[in-house]
Order: sequence, then C-alpha cells, then structure tokens
Amino acid sequence: MDYNTVLQILDTTLRLATPLLFACLAGLFSERSGIFDIGLEGKMLAAAMASASVAFLTGSVWVGLLAGIGASLLFAAIHGIASITFRGNQLISGVALNFLASGLTVLIAQAMFGQGGRTPPLEGAARFYPVTLPFADTLREVPILGPFYYEVISGHSLLVYAAFALVPISWWVLNRTRFGLRLRAVGENPAAVDTAGVSVVGLRFAAVAITGVLCGLAGAYMATALQAGFGREMTAGRGYIALAALIFAKWRPVAALWACLLFGFFQALELNPNALEAISGVKLPGPLLSSLPYILTVVVLAGFIGKAIPPRAGGEPYVKER
Amino acid sequence: MDRLPRWADVILVPLISLFLAAFISALVLLAIGQSPVEAFNVMVEGALGSAYGWGYTLYYTTSFIFTGLAVTVAFHAGLFNIGGEGQAQLGALGVALVCLSLDWPHWTLALAAAAVGGAVFGAAWAAIPAYLQAKRGSHIVITTIMFNYIAAALLVYLLVDVLRPAGQMDPASARFPAGAALPTFSEIPGIRQFYAVFGPDGLQRVNSKGELMFTGVPANVTLFLALGMAVVVWAILWRTRLGYQIRAFGKSEAAARYAGISPVYIIMVAMLLSGALAGMMSVNNVMGEAGRLLQNSSEGAGFIGIAVALMGRNHPVGVVLAALLFGFLYQGGAELGLILQIPPEMRIVVQGLVILFTGALDMMVRMLLTRIFGLFRSRQLGAA
Repeated sequence: MDYNTVLQILDTTLRLATPLLFACLAGLFSERSGIFDIGLEGKMLAAAMASASVAFLTGSVWVGLLAGIGASLLFAAIHGIASITFRGNQLISGVALNFLASGLTVLIAQAMFGQGGRTPPLEGAARFYPVTLPFADTLREVPILGPFYYEVISGHSLLVYAAFALVPISWWVLNRTRFGLRLRAVGENPAAVDTAGVSVVGLRFAAVAITGVLCGLAGAYMATALQAGFGREMTAGRGYIALAALIFAKWRPVAALWACLLFGFFQALELNPNALEAISGVKLPGPLLSSLPYILTVVVLAGFIGKAIPPRAGGEPYVKER
Repeated sequence: MDRLPRWADVILVPLISLFLAAFISALVLLAIGQSPVEAFNVMVEGALGSAYGWGYTLYYTTSFIFTGLAVTVAFHAGLFNIGGEGQAQLGALGVALVCLSLDWPHWTLALAAAAVGGAVFGAAWAAIPAYLQAKRGSHIVITTIMFNYIAAALLVYLLVDVLRPAGQMDPASARFPAGAALPTFSEIPGIRQFYAVFGPDGLQRVNSKGELMFTGVPANVTLFLALGMAVVVWAILWRTRLGYQIRAFGKSEAAARYAGISPVYIIMVAMLLSGALAGMMSVNNVMGEAGRLLQNSSEGAGFIGIAVALMGRNHPVGVVLAALLFGFLYQGGAELGLILQIPPEMRIVVQGLVILFTGALDMMVRMLLTRIFGLFRSRQLGAA
C-alpha cells in the first residue's frame, strides 16, 4: 500500500469523523447536565432533512443550515419538555423521538418532492464545498508533509473545521467558565446547584438546547456537505456511534475527538476494503469492521479498558424538595 | 398530589395517551395533504374489514405479542431492554438452524424444537448485556442498542458467507424442509372456511389436484403459542416466587436487596426470559411465513415491542390488546401505502407518538387528569 492510499484513508476519516464529532459533543453537553439523550440519531436525521429541503428551495446552504438547526432544536425542545418539565423517562423519550424523526422525515420529503422520500440533489450555492487552505498548493511539493497538508488537512468543507474547532471550545466552556462548572454540577448533584440558588431547570434546558444546535450541525453536514441531499435513514446509526464514542471518551471533549477519529477511521476502512486487506494480510469480513465501534463500546462499558462512569445524576429527573 | 382512582389509572390514562397520539397523527396526515378520516377508513377496511385483512393483522399481532411480552418482563425488573430487535434476529438464526437441521416428520415437533431454538438463541444474545449490567454495571440500554447493531452485522455475515447455498444470489438461507412448514390460517380446519376461494358459480374452487382452494394468509398457529406465552408470563410474574422477586426488585432495588433477593440473579433471569420471548417471535415470521432465513427478518418488530409494552401498561392482557392495536396499525398502514400512496413510514410516526405519549409524557396526562379529578372532588366537598 502506498502513501497516497494512506492519505486518502485519512482524508476520508476526517470527513466521516465530522458528523460523529458534532453529535458526540452534542451528547456531551446534554449528558453532563444529567439528561441522557439517545435521540441524537433522530435529531441528526431531522436536521439533515430540513437543511436539504430548505437549501434546495432557497438555493442557499446557509439558510438550509439554519433550518436544520431549527428542526433539531424542535426535537430537543420536545425532549426537554418530556424529560425536564414532565420528569418523564429520558430513555423512552429519546427512543420515541428517534422513531418520530425516522418516519416524519420520509413522509415530509415525500410530500414535498415526491421522489421516494429523498430530496432532489443539491447543486451550486445550495451545498457546502471543500475549501483549500492557504499555501496548500505551494506546499504540495514538499515531500511527505506537503501532500499530507494538501490531501488530509486542506480541502474539507467549512463545517469540518468548525467541528474540530468546537473541541477546544467545548473543553473551555465546560472547564473554564461559570456556566460550564454549573452545568457539570447539575449533572452530578442537582440539589447542590438548587441550594446555591441556580435554576436546575434553566441549566438543563440550556444544555439540551446546545445539544439541539450541535446535532443540527451534524445533520446539516451530512446532507449538504458529505452528501448532496437527504435520503431516508441517511444517518445510518451515526447518532448511536456518537453515543458510543461519548462513552468511550468518558464524557470528556478532547477524548471525544480521538474516539470520533477512531470510529471515523473504521468507517473509512470499511469503504476501502482493499487497503485493509493489504494492511492485515487477511480478508476481514466487512460486517465485522462496521460493527467494531459497537463491539469496542461494549468492551469499554464492561470496564476492560478503564471504567466509564457516567455523570451521577444522569437519567434522573430532579424533584425539588418541599 | 392527589392520587387517581385505579380505573382511571388503568384505563383512562392509556386511552387519553392513545387519543393524543391519534390526534397528532391526524395533524401529520393533514400536513402532508391527506384526509385523516379517509385514511382511517382505509385502515379499518384493509385491516379488519375482511378475513384476508385479519389474516395479516393477526400475523403482525403474533409477533408484537412476543416482543411486547419481552419488553414487559424486563420492565418489571426495572430494566429497559431495547435489544428485542437483535434478540429476535438471533432467535431467527436459532429457528432457522433448527428447521434446517433435519427433515422434520411433523410440524408439531418442528414447532416445539424451533420455539426452543429461537428462545435459546434470543436468551443467549440477551445474556451478555445482562451479565455486564449485573456484574459490571454497564448500562443495559446502551449495551442492548450496541448488540442490535452487532446482531445485524453478524446476520449479514452469516447469510452472505456461511448459510447461503452455493449458486444462490440473494443473501438468504436455504428453504426449510416441508415438514417444518407451520399451518397457516388458510390450512387450519375450522378457520380456513373464512378463506375459501369461490368461483363465479358460487361453489368453492378446486385446484388441479382436486383439492379445495383457500386464499393464503401469513397468520399461523404461532398466534396460539403467543397467547399461551402471555398466560405463562402472567403466571410467572404474579403467581410465582420468582415473579414476586422480579417485581420487588423493579420497584425498589434497595428493598429487594434487603429482603435477600440477589440483584445479579434477578437481572440475569429477567433478561434471559426477555431475550427468550423476543427470540421466540421469529417462529412466527421465519418459520410461519418466510420459510427461510432472510436479512432483517424481524423488520423492526423488536422495537414495536417497546410501544406495545408501554401501551399495554406492562400487563400481559394489556400487551395482547396493544399488540392487536399495532397489528391493525401495521396492516392498515400497508393498505394506506397501496391505496392512498402514503409511505409506510406513517406507521413509524404513529409508533413514535404512542411511545412518546404513553412512555415519556405519561406524567403530563396524569397531572392533567389529577387536576380534573381534583376539581370534581373539591366541588363535592363544597356541596357537603
């Protein structure tokens, strides 16, 4: 296997890790505030459909992006109302919203465009295109590093860079701001936060809203950058892989980056079976590779690679004492 | 907060949730430019209006009874088993292996063996998440979701590379021997009369071999196995020491532990029962309908079990009724696609809404009702 194939696989890895990273950071905010969210998948799907439809109708990818975030926020709001206001079961709410999104996206896309639940292919200003970073062309001739910069680092859509920029930002917000401290506290011990006179409900709704925005970005990236349009079930379980990455990363932003890159790498390998055969020397079945993220997550959950301890108050509705 | 009377809790709360789900579904239909009234009529006509429709409705119902019971048993132990789908797929593998293993002399033997095969494989698939939850505290919801995906990948691998007969293109197992075919409703004496095919002369038509002809439907004897399992689950949960322990553990883990009930034992047993029920579902679709193992054989029935269990208030009687409701929804939904060109995804929307209202927004309905009941009560007090 030559250097070019390696670069190609790494390039694909970044592309495929991006939606995972957005969704993983989305889940991070929600779960650190004590709201479990297995509805990442549904929010991504809703955002993908909304962004692709609106981008197609308006011809502007930015309006589409906003629409995607809006759709994802709507689902986040329902999750918030069910699990914060009415203290419902957060897991059941997430499952319900995933089904709703899975069905509604196809129904609406079919009613709008009549193309079997897909949106028409996006063209021109209706989608995101790769941007070439400065000096990529001039540095290309530099041995080893030049092609790496040109092929792998440069030449992605803006959203890819946004996703990676969000990692240090999330770390800073969670660990260096008052809001972040309170957010983490409300996920560990909401009663203490309440005693300090800070609204538990407010904080949790804020966290759920951040989750909505980030899932919106993930879905919009899928439909307007990674692919040119929405297709039924196009997120294909990425919301769950992101959840797996979140656990793998033990609910920490920087570790989430590595987890998402790892899972993105598996997906890239699955798309490139020849390269895989060249590395390992044996023919691995594709299904094994596609289920590696899930198997790894189970191994992590089982505590064989360090223990993953979720936020302590996660999943429990907060009831104020009387 | 005031407590609701028992009849309101058992009957009124699910009915109102169902009404809300139906109301939102009607709005969705309006939004995509369809008439809810017309759609409802098509569904009733297609699912319940003919013996043929019932033959499909009851086929779906059979699957949903199994998966609904599976979720119910786990719920009673305080466990949320989202893995019914994966367990059903592994159960399908068990059923297929049993059916293919020998030339079955009679379907009754094949049915008994396949039911055990499906149950064992389903239970085995549930055993790993159960063990991880019981011994290592890994969250069962996440592990069972992961196991759904692993099961799907495993089945793809097995069907493409192992079980597929040489020379066959589509990823599926070989056909089961004739002895492993279960009698469908068009073959069971007493029921098949409803499916008789009549010629223009008003007499029942006869095929070339001189046998009477009946319309084929997928509903089969597995329905009676499902109903039997509902009774068994009821008996286990409410008439045995084990059932008492499961329910006690589900209500309060600390209290159960104090009473000497082993958490590891209860988690394992409840999940094994749950997985076995989900796995047994595959007798219905793999053995009763397809006659061979196909990819994605369970077609989401494992997930519908969640809605069925929530709607049925985690009681076998409720589960059977809710399964019938979802059987109606599935067959009716298929008719919507054929007649009104509404995509079959409408069924998933309704399923999501039912789970949302009966599961997550339960408290909302309850608060509303409590307030209404409180209003009546205070008026009575005022009069006195």
